[in-house]
Amino acid sequence: MRVMAQMAMVMNLDKCIGCHTCSVTCKQAWTNRTGVEYVWFNNVETRPGQGHPRRYEDQATWKGGWELNRRGRLALKAGGRFKKLIEIFSNPVLPTLDDYYEPWTYDYETLTNAPLQEHTPVARPKSLISGKDMKITWSANWDDDLGGSAATSERDVLLNQVSEKIRLEFEQTFMFYLPRICEHCLNPSCAASCPSGAIYKRSEDGIVLVDQDRCRGWRMCVTGCPYKKVYFNHRTGKAEKCTFCFPRVEVGLPTVCSETCVGRLRYIGLVLYDADRVLEAAATPDETGLYEAQRQVFLDPHDPRVAAHAEQAGIPWDWIEAARRSPVYALINTYKVALPLHPEYRTLPMVWYIPPLSPVVDAVRGTGRDAEDHGTLFAAVDALRIPVDYLAQLFTAGDPAPVDAVLRRLAAMRSYMRDINLGRAPDAAIPEAVGMGEEQMYDMYRLLALAKYDERYVIPPAHAEQAHELEESVTECSLDYEGGPGMGGSGPFGETSGGAAPIAVENYRALRDRQTSDAPAAPTDKATRVNLLNWDGKGKPPGLFPPAEDGAEDGYRDGAADGGRGGGRGGDKGGAS
Amino acid sequence: MTAQTPSVPLAFQTGTGGILLWVVLPYVCLAVFVLGHVWRYRYDKFGWTTRSSQLYERRLLRIGSPLFHFGILVVLLGHIGGLVIPESWTDAAGISEDVYHVAAVVLGTIAGVATVGGLVILVFRRRTVGPVFSATTRNDKAMYVSLTLTIGLGLAATVAANIAGGGYDYRQTVSPWFRSIFLLQPDPDLMTGVPVLFQLHALSAMLLFAFWPFTRLVHMLTAPLGYLTRPYVVYRSRDTRLGARAPRRGWERTGV
Ligand code: SF4
Ligand code: SF4
Repeated sequence: MRVMAQMAMVMNLDKCIGCHTCSVTCKQAWTNRTGVEYVWFNNVETRPGQGHPRRYEDQATWKGGWELNRRGRLALKAGGRFKKLIEIFSNPVLPTLDDYYEPWTYDYETLTNAPLQEHTPVARPKSLISGKDMKITWSANWDDDLGGSAATSERDVLLNQVSEKIRLEFEQTFMFYLPRICEHCLNPSCAASCPSGAIYKRSEDGIVLVDQDRCRGWRMCVTGCPYKKVYFNHRTGKAEKCTFCFPRVEVGLPTVCSETCVGRLRYIGLVLYDADRVLEAAATPDETGLYEAQRQVFLDPHDPRVAAHAEQAGIPWDWIEAARRSPVYALINTYKVALPLHPEYRTLPMVWYIPPLSPVVDAVRGTGRDAEDHGTLFAAVDALRIPVDYLAQLFTAGDPAPVDAVLRRLAAMRSYMRDINLGRAPDAAIPEAVGMGEEQMYDMYRLLALAKYDERYVIPPAHAEQAHELEESVTECSLDYEGGPGMGGSGPFGETSGGAAPIAVENYRALRDRQTSDAPAAPTDKATRVNLLNWDGKGKPPGLFPPAEDGAEDGYRDGAADGGRGGGRGGDKGGAS
Repeated sequence: MTAQTPSVPLAFQTGTGGILLWVVLPYVCLAVFVLGHVWRYRYDKFGWTTRSSQLYERRLLRIGSPLFHFGILVVLLGHIGGLVIPESWTDAAGISEDVYHVAAVVLGTIAGVATVGGLVILVFRRRTVGPVFSATTRNDKAMYVSLTLTIGLGLAATVAANIAGGGYDYRQTVSPWFRSIFLLQPDPDLMTGVPVLFQLHALSAMLLFAFWPFTRLVHMLTAPLGYLTRPYVVYRSRDTRLGARAPRRGWERTGV
């Protein structure tokens, strides 16, 4: 047994409202630069739908992930080492920008510059690639909310795999959102495809990263990832991918997408797994067996033998503790409601999903029956093959049984909790029908419905505490990131050549301190420097505003008395200086 | 090469110009090539990439790029064979000059046509496909000119020698000169009587090598041959170095 720790995520799809907040905040944090305009480390797809890039799930075309060769051994679907090197000068299955979309901006200037004319001037879309006028025909979420799906739905890869009848009916039947990030797989085919060895899996927390200094732009990783979550920066010529916000996670903060998720549906925690069994699990002969095989790779952190091995493997004690409290482990292995996305790609993905019960509930409610009654819901799960089959295509390589079981558990929880909420005697038969105890069911409800910030995100900080104190003093200028005021734009050898840019624009530790403290706080323990980038409106750091005059205790009233001067102070929440 | 004349009289025989071109220039270019790469690797690892434009355009690249790259690899092998391996060795191996020449011309023609064909497609693509052209820097353009010039001159020299002149045995002159550079006994005399196209080809190649470390051509030096032997999935420990820059002296972390 070789114990390793993996930072993992679970998303509860029932709660996703498709608001794209996660995508936007992620973009602002990570891909708000030239060269990656089309890149969404986090994107939210409407299902049924084609996804981003279009039809990425069609591995017959894109050849991502692993397959079993004739001898039953794992092999990269796009071809092994030798084939990769032969094809290095032109990757035959690389998606082009057309498969993503051509990014654009608008020519806003004409709105203000246009001469007086009869018609209102319009801001034309301008391609960010060629700089020319363009016609917008696709984007990362063009088929959002099934928009235009009458024309494009037949191109959903999964719908093509389920029956004809479903394809005709799906629009009346169901719709849900699928937020996707990189899966930080246990058996990452992106890393295996990289000729330079620039993509690596961190041995401490399993986060898969691209070493920007070692990437040479061979583009094989883009093909290798079946989820198409490695993107090619067309300006810097380097691959980029979701980082699991490692600078945040290292200090115990959740990823940006999780932090900002409106539905609060994301869970982050550690999972301990047995690295020796990864390849064996990934090579499970039967695709439908992969879900169960992957679950078997995870180790029970409560097992003292596992803890002992983990300690031997150098996993710190607080990490083992955190693995025990991990919501991700609980959802995957204790309550068994989370399922992996496309296990048939054999990468052993580590972002799992609780499939949505809402298509079933909606269908039942549509018939006028009681959508909280477990009997009705169970019957509906059995009867409504359409969503179940579709979900099975997504999460269990087409095997409906695990999806059935999860949906039944969710349905049982729904009706069990209704009794409690209405003050009726809880019915122990309901949890029993899905193989759970009453207490366990209540705990699951707590985790899914009530869990607070620190229960949803159980993230032990990396062991480098003292070093973060140093970081501030050795980072020369926090504004030297690309596009930042300290950066001169293009280097002599193309876009952003020259020294690397620091990841942390602000000190994440300070951010965490501020976010977890209740008091509006300006840091009192160190010499403060005013940094508008990380001032979040809480408190009034000294030096930000001109000193208040004596006796001006209440800025607001003061402002009312003297409109001109108080205007600025009124916005300052009347804080005393 | 056996009876080396002392270096001072050399100047009388070949003239200062010859020394500059066939002794000073090669060493300067070599030094720039080596030190330039070292410097670039230290200063600009992030800029060390192929800067592929496949994302913008696939169809032309699909034909042009493999054609050019495989062609130029064969050309490279041919140059190694022709310049590095002395004629006496191939003679000893029983390969007569005629056989060698025919083989070199046949292989060279195929590789040369592939290289030039690929290059033409690639340059055409670069100029006509909008996004590719706008991603082309001045540095790239200079590199393309220098590369095309070198390849063109090399091809012209071969063609001129073989079609017009009935063959030129550069292995008697250019090759020993090339080796003499690396043996640190430069012999510019060997180059003085060489046909002018060969001379120009050698000069442009030297300039190209001097320019090399500062262009996107650096990707050649990191051809990922290690991929054939390394394990598929790379595990790496979290960087012990925090922040993006190396700590200043005296600020390194202790412990850990
Ligand atoms: S999902 Fe992430 S870790 Fe897995 S293969 Fe793709 S890029 Fe690599
Ligand atoms: S922020 Fe949350 S609710 Fe909104 S789209 Fe993203 S995952 Fe769904």
